[in-house]
Amino acid sequence: MAISLDAGIPSGSIERKWDDYKFSVKLVNPANKRKFNVIVVGSGLAGASAAATLAELGYRVTMLTFHDSPRRAHSIAAQGGINAAKNYQNDGDSVQRLFYDTVKGGDYRAREANVYRLAQVSVNIIDQCVAQGVPFAREYGGLLDNRSFGGAQVSRTFYARGQTGQQLLLGAYQALARQVRLGNVELHNRTEMLDLVVKDGLACGVVARHLVTGAVRSFSGHAVVLATGGYGNVFFLSTNAKASNVTAAWRAHKRGALMANPCYTQIHPTCIPASDDFQSKLTLMSESLRNDGRIWVPTTPNDVRSPDQIPESERDYYLERRYPAFGNLVPRDVASRAAKREVDSGHGVGPIQNGVYLDFGSAVDRLGREVIEERYGNLFQMYERITGEDPYKKPMRIYPAVHYTMGGLWVDYNLMSNVPGLYVLGEANFSDHGANRLGASALMQGLADGYFVLPATIGAHLAPLLGTEPVPIDDPVFRDAEANVDAQVHRLLSVKGTKTVDHFHRELGKIMWDHCGMARSAESLDEALTSIPALRDEFWSDVRVLGENESFNQSLERAGRVADFLEFGELLVRDARHREESCGGHFRVEHQTEEGEALRNDDDFAYVGAWEWTGEGNTPELHKESLTFDNVALAQRSYK
Amino acid sequence: MDLNLKVWRQAGPDAVGRFEIYPMHDVSEDMSFLELFDVLNEQLETRGEEPVAFDHDCREGICGSCAMMIDGRAHGPERGTATCQLHLRKLTDRETITVEPWRAAGFPIIKDLAVDRSALDRIVEAGGYITAPTGAARDANEILVAKQASDAAMDAAACIGCGACVAACPNGAGQLFTAAKYSHLSLLPQGQPERFTRVVSMVEEMERWFGSCTNHGECEAACPKEISVNFIAMLNRDYVKAQFKNPALSGQRH
Amino acid sequence: MKTLQDLTKTSDDEAVGSTRRPTNPIRRFWSSAVGKKWVMAVSGLALLGFVLVHMVGNLKIFLGAVHLDEYAEWLHTLGEPALPRTVVLWGMRLGLIAAFGLHIVAAAQLTRMNHKARPVRYQSRRDYVAANFASRTMRWTGVIIALFLLFHLADLSWGTTNPDFVRGNTYDNVIASFERVPVAILYILANIALAIHIFHGSWSMFQSLGWNNPRWNPIRRYFAVTFAAVIAVGNISMPLLVVTGVVGK
Ligand SMILES: Cc1cc2nc3c(=O)[nH]c(=O)nc-3n(C[C@H](O)[C@H](O)[C@H](O)COP(=O)(O)OP(=O)(O)OC[C@H]3O[C@@H](n4cnc5c(N)ncnc54)[C@H](O)[C@@H]3O)c2cc1C
Ligand code: HEM
Ligand code: FES
Repeated sequence: MAISLDAGIPSGSIERKWDDYKFSVKLVNPANKRKFNVIVVGSGLAGASAAATLAELGYRVTMLTFHDSPRRAHSIAAQGGINAAKNYQNDGDSVQRLFYDTVKGGDYRAREANVYRLAQVSVNIIDQCVAQGVPFAREYGGLLDNRSFGGAQVSRTFYARGQTGQQLLLGAYQALARQVRLGNVELHNRTEMLDLVVKDGLACGVVARHLVTGAVRSFSGHAVVLATGGYGNVFFLSTNAKASNVTAAWRAHKRGALMANPCYTQIHPTCIPASDDFQSKLTLMSESLRNDGRIWVPTTPNDVRSPDQIPESERDYYLERRYPAFGNLVPRDVASRAAKREVDSGHGVGPIQNGVYLDFGSAVDRLGREVIEERYGNLFQMYERITGEDPYKKPMRIYPAVHYTMGGLWVDYNLMSNVPGLYVLGEANFSDHGANRLGASALMQGLADGYFVLPATIGAHLAPLLGTEPVPIDDPVFRDAEANVDAQVHRLLSVKGTKTVDHFHRELGKIMWDHCGMARSAESLDEALTSIPALRDEFWSDVRVLGENESFNQSLERAGRVADFLEFGELLVRDARHREESCGGHFRVEHQTEEGEALRNDDDFAYVGAWEWTGEGNTPELHKESLTFDNVALAQRSYK
Repeated sequence: MDLNLKVWRQAGPDAVGRFEIYPMHDVSEDMSFLELFDVLNEQLETRGEEPVAFDHDCREGICGSCAMMIDGRAHGPERGTATCQLHLRKLTDRETITVEPWRAAGFPIIKDLAVDRSALDRIVEAGGYITAPTGAARDANEILVAKQASDAAMDAAACIGCGACVAACPNGAGQLFTAAKYSHLSLLPQGQPERFTRVVSMVEEMERWFGSCTNHGECEAACPKEISVNFIAMLNRDYVKAQFKNPALSGQRH
Repeated sequence: MKTLQDLTKTSDDEAVGSTRRPTNPIRRFWSSAVGKKWVMAVSGLALLGFVLVHMVGNLKIFLGAVHLDEYAEWLHTLGEPALPRTVVLWGMRLGLIAAFGLHIVAAAQLTRMNHKARPVRYQSRRDYVAANFASRTMRWTGVIIALFLLFHLADLSWGTTNPDFVRGNTYDNVIASFERVPVAILYILANIALAIHIFHGSWSMFQSLGWNNPRWNPIRRYFAVTFAAVIAVGNISMPLLVVTGVVGK
């Protein structure tokens, strides 16, 4: 396939691009909007906001989600907050500054024009959410409150207790619910998209399986929007919800959509370490804990004494030691790698020596227990609930965990993939965070995409299609795709092997974490490139999926997702192998400064790496979209 | 620790169900209740038996997917805790733990422990929103909301939509869910224009699916977010008020 | 494909509560469970008032026959001379009958609705935390009160179950009735049921009416306990002291 990676960035100064674009883009007249059917897959922040907004504009929308209710999408779990360049605190924030922070935080691997637009619409997001009734935290005078978040020197994060994602999603879900009742959105829950349908090069629909009945059905539309979330669960253990997966994006990839920068994975430093092999997921503890907690490990390896038995002189406050300027507040990736270094060298703590201490002892002495309780009370409670340990008495144990994935399907300025008619929003696309995402920016991006960007850009694709009917679902392209899905389902059921789906998922996770986790080397990646295909072969010859297609079969659901992870994981590793530099969430041990910091290679790798599927068993093909930085000067990060 | 899991098995919506007893050996007290089910399912699948179906997703107590009746209590014995956040160390005193699905006419069983809670979505669709089409909003800080009002709205908005209130209610009533959703919106200035139409449509939709509230308070006790029954009083009051409101005059009251 | 809508029932006959709402505002209000609960609360409040006043009046029994009979006569002459004799009394009686009627019909309809809302019961034992004996037995204590009420009317208003009944001689009638041990026990048990009913009802009514203010809420519980206790003590003291011979002819 001849693929041109033209991002279609409007010309003109960066401040004017979005306005100029909106003026020049083709519009669909209000009366004609009803003639277009748009399929939206995914009801997280990105999908729900897009579906609601498109329906408000007058488009007919079909919404698919595998969740039982749109409100359960993984976005619900986001805790910390959402950024916006409102400058309500009068502390020097601006669109320009949010833009700059995001590009820098992304380690100069994001597309400037997209990021600038994101910063511009960020202010509208907050207005929109407040109008919908999102109960953001307030000052006594009734104005909105803000907090500061990692990677920024201004307070621009809006929050609703520790449940910001929940409140934002409820806002979007309620707008969606209203459109469902008005008949503008047809909602199909417990319906999982399993294939993208492309006819004559245009995305024209999807094939989905109803998770309760097993029925496979086609949906046809003038455009398909994927807002299906991130792929962090390729590591098995992550902070993502259990059902988060790559299937929708991966099946679209196999139909021609390019997968960009899959190796950019964000690891969050403050999660509760796994307690045993049965561990099913990891829980994130807010980053704010590092404001008052001190991180340390025993100086002697394999020290099994309880922490209160270890005297001050035998404690290594390794972050404070190595990064005197930033101390415990170094960025996520730096803190994560440092913890890994300690655990790998035998300094880990806890029953299976897989964590480091986050100690509030001195903070309690300094500030008093009350202050600490007020700041972190509910986090301490959550920690105690999960571990059974009281963090006032015993230091918390933390360890990094996979949290967010910056990579995803490649999209242009319009958020359209290289397959015309296929749009990708939210965490599922690769667009705005470069190689590393700043805290509180994912929610912002999801809502920017759904409320403001897609509704403006989709006209460019739809306007010329006026007068055309969607491809009928008895067209051979749909029949073929349905047969394809059926075949896959029955293939999974017919292996009748001996090992469970979870077994394979766990094994894959181990390979990914050990060989392509926080620190990657050519050697480890090469090893993964042989062990993943081997595991995949074993999966297809020995997986055991019981039950049938025609009923609610959760093993079958998971089997399909794990099968895709087994293919996708290999691509992720391949991308990591090819990128001979360290940047943001991608750290290659071969490429570090003398102090052990990530060392970028801007001359050779200032591009988006977008992979093309070339068929089963073939090596995927790499396409490059080079990145230019006209508005931000490239610089090396330093936190010493 | 060792324990027996007595689990409701039901092949499908119309199938006849029954309890099965599964002895679990040497499970760790650090496990969460759902991880216990993961282990059980691995064992079942290895033995060639179908795993137990149950809904779950975030496992952090926020998505509202998990839903189990554990020893006669929705989400089990620990207050303010969803099933996924319940750990075995809180259950060490029990030899046998009985688990069944949530039962209510509005929550038909899909399979084993999984039920269909779409009725809750229907209630939100009926009026659980503020009409604010994208793009028309004025600056966020132009709307002042007293901190106490905003906090109260947030208390209600914390609802995770798990349906424990319905499950726990001796009458199968959906009052706490509806009241939480309703109060969240109607405590805020933005929610005032639609307040009285909202209350009528939400209540009427609720009553299609669920029973009536007799103020037992079981809902509040089972709620993983400990949402207060005070919101139910608010819903009831506004429903009655709505009968006497003339919407045409709502512009006069400010 | 069978959609979720097929799996969840949507047909009107299967729905738990009303699906088609009448347009007449009163009927529409009555068609809703929240509306019926409001009616129950208002009628319950009226009944509470009645029970209290009724008790206070009856406690005159301890002041002696003259006082009680005087009080009974006063009730009949209430409103005179503006209104003819017993008009006000009949007005109150009609109000009470209406309150009982609405209260009972609403209770019956809500109970049916609640049964429909959980057609298949839990198959394992429930472990209630907040629901108490009173809240869970409202319909039974209610039925006991209703049956008792009929007996009470037959006993002391119409005299059908009271062999020594003489219309107008209220004090003697009461003493004659309460002196019979089984009747005294019946009165005592029925009033225990009434107190239990009131214990939940006079708290619940605040919720149903939406009288809710976090600052005052704790008082609602005290009110309920006190009210139930006062009614129990007051009403039970009469048959108890009569049957034990402390008070008599
Ligand atoms: C613990 C945690 C805390 C976080 N905290 C923050 C924070 O404080 N601030 C911040 O900005 N970001 C935060 N994030 C990141 C942020 O929550 C996510 O990146 C964001 O919510 C993703 O939204 P989304 O709409 O793209 O996808 P999701 O919310 O993941 O939604 C995906 C949707 O797609 C559907 N779907 C997927 N595949 C299919 C399929 N094949 N067929 C049908 N439907 C499908 C799902 O049903 C779901 O509805 C956090 C993330 C985690 C894990
Ligand atoms: C003097 C007699 C009575 C008094 C003072 C009384 C008082 C009350 C009060 C105050 C309530 C609370 C209403 C609410 O929650 O809003 C109530 C509820 C109730 N009453 Fe009575 N009542 C009396 C007689 C009866 C009778 C005769 C019956 C039935 C036959 C009855 C059945 C009920 C039931 C079932 C409820 C609970 C209804 C619900 O919450 O849905 N009551 N009563
Ligand atoms: S699994 Fe999400 S709330 Fe329990």
